[in-house]
Amino acid sequence: MKRRTFLKKTAFTTAGSLLIPQFLKAYEQNHLGQNPLNHKILVVIQLSGGNDGLNTVVPFRNDIYYRERPSIAINQNNILRLNDEIGFNPALEKVKELYDNGLVSVINNVGYPNPDRSHFRSMDIWQTGSSSEEYLSSGWIGRYLDAQCIGQSCLPHQALEIDDTLSLALKGHQVNGLSLLNPEKLYRQTQSAFVKTLTDIPAADNHDNIAYLYKTLAETVSSAEYVHTKAKVNKSRMMYPTTELGKSLNTIAELITSGVSTSVYYVSLSGFDTHIRQNDQQDRLLRQYAEAVNVFVNDMKANSRLDDVMVLTFSEFGRRVKQNASSGTDHGTANNVFLIGGPKRTRPILNEAPDLTNLDNGDLKYSIDFREVYATLLDDWLQTDSTKVLTQKFNKLPLF
Amino acid sequence: MDAIQHQRAIQHLFWRAGFGASPSEVKKAMSMSRLQLVKNLLRDSSNIKLLTQVFDAPAQDLKNMRQAVKQNAGGSREEMRDKLKLMAQERRESISSLNDAWVAQMSNVAYAFREKMTLFWHNHFACRSKTVGFIQQQNNTLRTHALGKFGDLLMAVSKDAAMLQFLNNQQNRKRSPNENFAREVMELFTLGRGQYTEQDIKEAARAFTGWGFNINGEFVFRENFHDDGLKTIFGKSGKYKGEDVIEMLLANPKTALHISTKIYRAFVNEKIDETHIEAMAKRFYHSNYDIADLMEYVFTTDWFYQSINIGAQIKSPVEYLAGLQRIFNLDFVDKTPVLYTQKILGQVLFNPPNVAGWPGGKAWIDSSSLLSRLQLPSVLFRNETINVSVKESGDVNEERLIRKNKFEINMNWQAFSHSFESIPDAALCKTLASYLLQVPINDATIKRIENRVATPERSETVKQLCISLMSTLEYQVC
Repeated sequence: MKRRTFLKKTAFTTAGSLLIPQFLKAYEQNHLGQNPLNHKILVVIQLSGGNDGLNTVVPFRNDIYYRERPSIAINQNNILRLNDEIGFNPALEKVKELYDNGLVSVINNVGYPNPDRSHFRSMDIWQTGSSSEEYLSSGWIGRYLDAQCIGQSCLPHQALEIDDTLSLALKGHQVNGLSLLNPEKLYRQTQSAFVKTLTDIPAADNHDNIAYLYKTLAETVSSAEYVHTKAKVNKSRMMYPTTELGKSLNTIAELITSGVSTSVYYVSLSGFDTHIRQNDQQDRLLRQYAEAVNVFVNDMKANSRLDDVMVLTFSEFGRRVKQNASSGTDHGTANNVFLIGGPKRTRPILNEAPDLTNLDNGDLKYSIDFREVYATLLDDWLQTDSTKVLTQKFNKLPLF
Repeated sequence: MDAIQHQRAIQHLFWRAGFGASPSEVKKAMSMSRLQLVKNLLRDSSNIKLLTQVFDAPAQDLKNMRQAVKQNAGGSREEMRDKLKLMAQERRESISSLNDAWVAQMSNVAYAFREKMTLFWHNHFACRSKTVGFIQQQNNTLRTHALGKFGDLLMAVSKDAAMLQFLNNQQNRKRSPNENFAREVMELFTLGRGQYTEQDIKEAARAFTGWGFNINGEFVFRENFHDDGLKTIFGKSGKYKGEDVIEMLLANPKTALHISTKIYRAFVNEKIDETHIEAMAKRFYHSNYDIADLMEYVFTTDWFYQSINIGAQIKSPVEYLAGLQRIFNLDFVDKTPVLYTQKILGQVLFNPPNVAGWPGGKAWIDSSSLLSRLQLPSVLFRNETINVSVKESGDVNEERLIRKNKFEINMNWQAFSHSFESIPDAALCKTLASYLLQVPINDATIKRIENRVATPERSETVKQLCISLMSTLEYQVC
């Protein structure tokens, strides 16, 4: 049976229009006409598994570094020097290019008090923006969506994750972000008469999960239609790498240049859990990261959008200073964070390099709370009230 | 209690202690007491059927195989590359066939309860390995102890090659301890977060030094790597070994509480009820961690059958799949959908996202997985094409899925509709709904579904109604 025939045969008789809650409709009408060019955009790249920051931004003049890492330290001659103390891992060549053009900020020693070395817990902490003692069920980007939606309706596509599933970071109390790999596909999926009909009749049961399923479907249908309507399906002219991250950043670039009203994009690159034979794995992953980001930034520049687009890169924790017996490193604490894109930098290296003589039981001590980075981006970049999102006030960093 | 409520309660037990039941099984069970049904479950669960898909020795370790190929490759580079490619393909195929075999086993009435428990432990002791022999071995370890004493299960899993490999304990040595294993044993497998200090982990890691496995996947204690010095763990000092740490973890009632909470969330309700969990934990601890006893207790309490718990869970992708097999007695002739469904819905057996396992509950549902679920019944039962592509991870060793346009299943609608022979046409849709859905559905939806189905043949009508009912949001819960 052909697809069309199938649809005809299985279609319910519908009222002919998309039957979704009225507030969603109202939202669409409000937002379809807005000019997204006024909006700043944040792209978050999560390096999952705990990227070893010391081998990413290398303290190449430090004897302790070479002493503690006899087989995995990066050879001094290969370092891409940023100043007299620190330099990039050679795999970050393409990021160094952006750095030389004044488009990168390196923030050292980012962490939080009483660090948790479990991937899940530490990722939870970074994604929710909690302290290590509190447990939150919403993410910081989700709560940003909540804050934006006070007094008006919101739809999930204001924060998009390029993936199959939605991270905790994008889950709010009132609104969730939307995950999609491709807007065209998502739209096609929501177009069957059957799917539309399901959103028409309310549930007979009051289970929490049933209500959640109905709400999710209604929002999905509406958001898919919006993103599809809005997105011009024009291919990017740049040649993106064929890696997962390359493809994802390509999708993000196409949505941004099409003027979709999405403020935050989220994407992950995993595989950084390098307990053994670290160097090959890290080299491959950092290279993938650098190549994809480089093309993305150049794409934004070519489309005159670079001033509005900022890329934040983080990992849930760094690694121990000392290497382990299997040429890897164990879970550590403080780490470096990158900001790429946006306006030119006044301070490409924001703060001091890690102090390897002053360690906490073999671990780096943090000097900047990761929520100070979030607070600065929320207040000064996304123009929202960071205290509402983070539930307390944090110092701001001189990033802009 | 009215008939439909009674029927749902019976189905509730079948869903939670297994993967649902066919209408004829449910009918048969209606005349039995709950206690009798639970006793039958426990009796049937003495059956242990191990998976035996992988015949090679566990030693078929990827690294060793690569080395062997390189050493024996007298010929060209291309020849070597081809051999390595072939090897990777064979490995992928054996993981697939292991996956197929497990899902198929879940559909068997006699094994359902043990398989459900094995699936629970697979998520609790979440682990990945590229060595297929290790995967099968560990899965059989979980199956063997699934309903025994939790202490035996914990010890066996902790000494399993797959887990020791996954959590890097093979690299845990006296001179440079690797804490990964010690940390997860406390955080995830026993006590839960916040019940230990960083120092406890460091010291426990020292106790586990020397725990490793040999080329055949057997546990070995490597004396030379073991730190036999004094350790202080949970405030006690001694020359502890790994076994001592496991004993200390079991002696702590927090372990019983942590496991009981996970069992409650998986088998009863995501929203926890502390009173019920405390009662479970107390019983579990005092029975010396008897898993079968704990499950019998849960399945025979009144609160388990409260309507707030019936239909309260979002089906996991594997429950969704296994449920199709059990309710409709269907076979996947072509095994493609078995893996494909797992991939698009976000739960591939033997491939949990990390050592914390799948988060479950609402996390199964996002916009795209929900849409895929709604399309799936049509795709499977009408041989339609599903238009969702599976994300590739970028890892060259990860399994790639060959897309096929059509799925082939073996399903006898005539036999299925036989169970509904005596039901008048006007009540057919509602009756089918009572067997397929664990929560009430709006009458208006029933009407719409009835209105569009009009075929002269009863079994075809049953088929059409079932597909529509399974494409509803209500079908996503159990």
